Amino acid sequence: MIDNNQLLRFTTAGSVDDGKSTLIGRLLYDSKSIFEDQLASIENTSKKKGHDGVDLALFTDGLRDEREQGITIDVAYRYFTTPKRKFIIADTPGHIQYTRNMVTGASTANVATILIDARHGVIEQTKRHAFIASLLQIPHIIVCVNKMDLVDFSEEVFNKIVAEFEKISSKMLVKDVRFIPMSALLGDNVVNRSENMPWYLGAPMLHTLETMHIGSDTNKVDARFPVQTVIRPQSDSHRDYRGYAGRVASGIFRVGDEVTIMPSGFTSKIKTIDLHDESLEEAHAPMSVSITLEDDIDISRGDMIVRSNNKPDASQDIEVMLCWLNNNPARPRAKYTIKHTSNDQKAMIKEVVYKIDINTLERVNDDSLNMNDICKVKIRTTKPLMIDSYRENRTTGSVILVDDATNETVAAGMIV
Amino acid sequence: MSKYYLNYLDELESEAIFILREVWAQFQNPVILFSGGKDSILVTHLAKKAFYPAKIPFPLMHVDTGHNFPETIKFRDDIIKELGVELIVGSVQESIDEGRVAEEKGKNATRNALQITTLLDAIESNKIDCAIGGGRRDEEKARAKERFFSHRDDFGQWDPKNQRPELWNLFNGKHFQGEHFRAFPISNWTEMDVWNYIKRENIAIPSLYFAHEREVVRREGTWIPNSEFLILEDHEEVVVKKIRFRTLGDITITGGDESDADTLEKIAAEVAGMRNTERGNRSDDKRSESAMEDRKRQGYF
Repeated sequence: MIDNNQLLRFTTAGSVDDGKSTLIGRLLYDSKSIFEDQLASIENTSKKKGHDGVDLALFTDGLRDEREQGITIDVAYRYFTTPKRKFIIADTPGHIQYTRNMVTGASTANVATILIDARHGVIEQTKRHAFIASLLQIPHIIVCVNKMDLVDFSEEVFNKIVAEFEKISSKMLVKDVRFIPMSALLGDNVVNRSENMPWYLGAPMLHTLETMHIGSDTNKVDARFPVQTVIRPQSDSHRDYRGYAGRVASGIFRVGDEVTIMPSGFTSKIKTIDLHDESLEEAHAPMSVSITLEDDIDISRGDMIVRSNNKPDASQDIEVMLCWLNNNPARPRAKYTIKHTSNDQKAMIKEVVYKIDINTLERVNDDSLNMNDICKVKIRTTKPLMIDSYRENRTTGSVILVDDATNETVAAGMIV
Repeated sequence: MSKYYLNYLDELESEAIFILREVWAQFQNPVILFSGGKDSILVTHLAKKAFYPAKIPFPLMHVDTGHNFPETIKFRDDIIKELGVELIVGSVQESIDEGRVAEEKGKNATRNALQITTLLDAIESNKIDCAIGGGRRDEEKARAKERFFSHRDDFGQWDPKNQRPELWNLFNGKHFQGEHFRAFPISNWTEMDVWNYIKRENIAIPSLYFAHEREVVRREGTWIPNSEFLILEDHEEVVVKKIRFRTLGDITITGGDESDADTLEKIAAEVAGMRNTERGNRSDDKRSESAMEDRKRQGYF
């Protein structure tokens, strides 16, 4: 039984040619997470397509167009469980035109895996993937140097790639980077240790994922509780109950804590923390609970309960790193709905400070915002948002923009 | 290790509760799609937790094919009474009687696809702007691409190639008049997670999930329950077997497995050792490689 197991979310970025789908197929196959009917179905398709043996990559292709074209278009989610952890894989396409999907998959990940073809070493795409992982502040990166079988399992080739990667990553904000030489096709160092690379003393990929310390990934210092909705039962037994429902974004709340309600500034004390019919002493991220307060205060969706001695900034002018997600470019000085925690406001993009050339990672002067662009922008909102920097808080430091003309989600932003 | 982390079941629970509250906050008139199967029972249980001590603040909606297991209907009526919530029923039989849809013909005829029309009609006539479902991404390859908040156009259709990106825990439920959303709070749960959680919370489920003796017919590698709706072929023989159902759907297409698992503990242990996916016994998914994707595009659950 795995009652005390944690959930680990990781993202894979890479193109078909890197062997990304093969790697995922291999992880699932060797960890015995593929069912017989699924295997039979891909065996069948492999045969129809005239492939030798089973093409494990077929396992990850979902939509009809993707199977026909042999590419991944969208983020697909895969699941597997080992005796040590439950894993969620966000499988994203790696080509430049799918930057938006990579950003989406990376937004909730604990770990980013970046694939490098050992024959080609660090290429522009690798840089882009590393940059997105650092931009989205994914706490851990695993660099999978794949196709080692095609370079005679050479330690020298591996070391050269490690050095190349470290040269580019030293300029980015990445905390924990690990390198694993592997052959996804043959299964070397994916689940099972490679016998072809005795010089590699580290762990195979699965063992690394199973044992990596992720307990420190969430912010435990800044107590933030965005209110989603207010629970007011219409029954005699709970006539006076007024619970503020939400999910702890970060930090820890305890019964008796002095709290401030933002933006009103009213203060009170936590009376109870409830999860269904249980009363808890404390709640931490990412728990969904209901909080009741000692005092009767007007609180509604969009407000944030915080500890009085540690407040976020309330600001109408914010600087964000924005990734444009939509086919339609941004319209100059157009108004959008900005969504930040449970708070919706109107917003205007006032200025594009610079754009990042995602291949060279250099800043360029260009104030257009097109699909897949990543830019630093200044945004003005109609009312203050209660913000932290994304670097310190992935939940209270992130926003999306929604175009009121189409209702589509057009941009994702990380508060600087 | 720090004590300030959640185990995976608590994290999945917390995520689902967050989604349910988000649906309540962002939509005017949501419902839970309730089939009487374990996944919709789980969603209902999570909704109970999300709004406690208040009642679940929206109705349950059942799309009734008319080809039900009697046990499922009894279970549905009991749970409605216990929770004190409203039940909306969309009837496939009525859609047929009104000439909105035509019954399928042939040996493996089912009302599975007919549900789409009934479901969309019920959504329209009840002015529902969000239908909460128990769909999970691990069930099927098209479902692996689903969003938590999934947009449907004014024809109820899903456009998988043009979905709204979902980042962090920011969900965009904005929509125009006539469009609606599907919300999937248990997207990230696997079949095993569902059983481990049902066991942990001791959630009541229909007796059909437990091993029991039943009249069945062997068809396409599975045991199809005998019922008034089943048309027997000449060579087919009704036998009594001890079986249990891994999923519950239309009685005409839901196959059972031979099993002795008659407690939640035994079921969880059995599921852990399963070598086939749970939808492997559903003939609705076997029709073609993209059977689910095609139905989902049209507005299926």
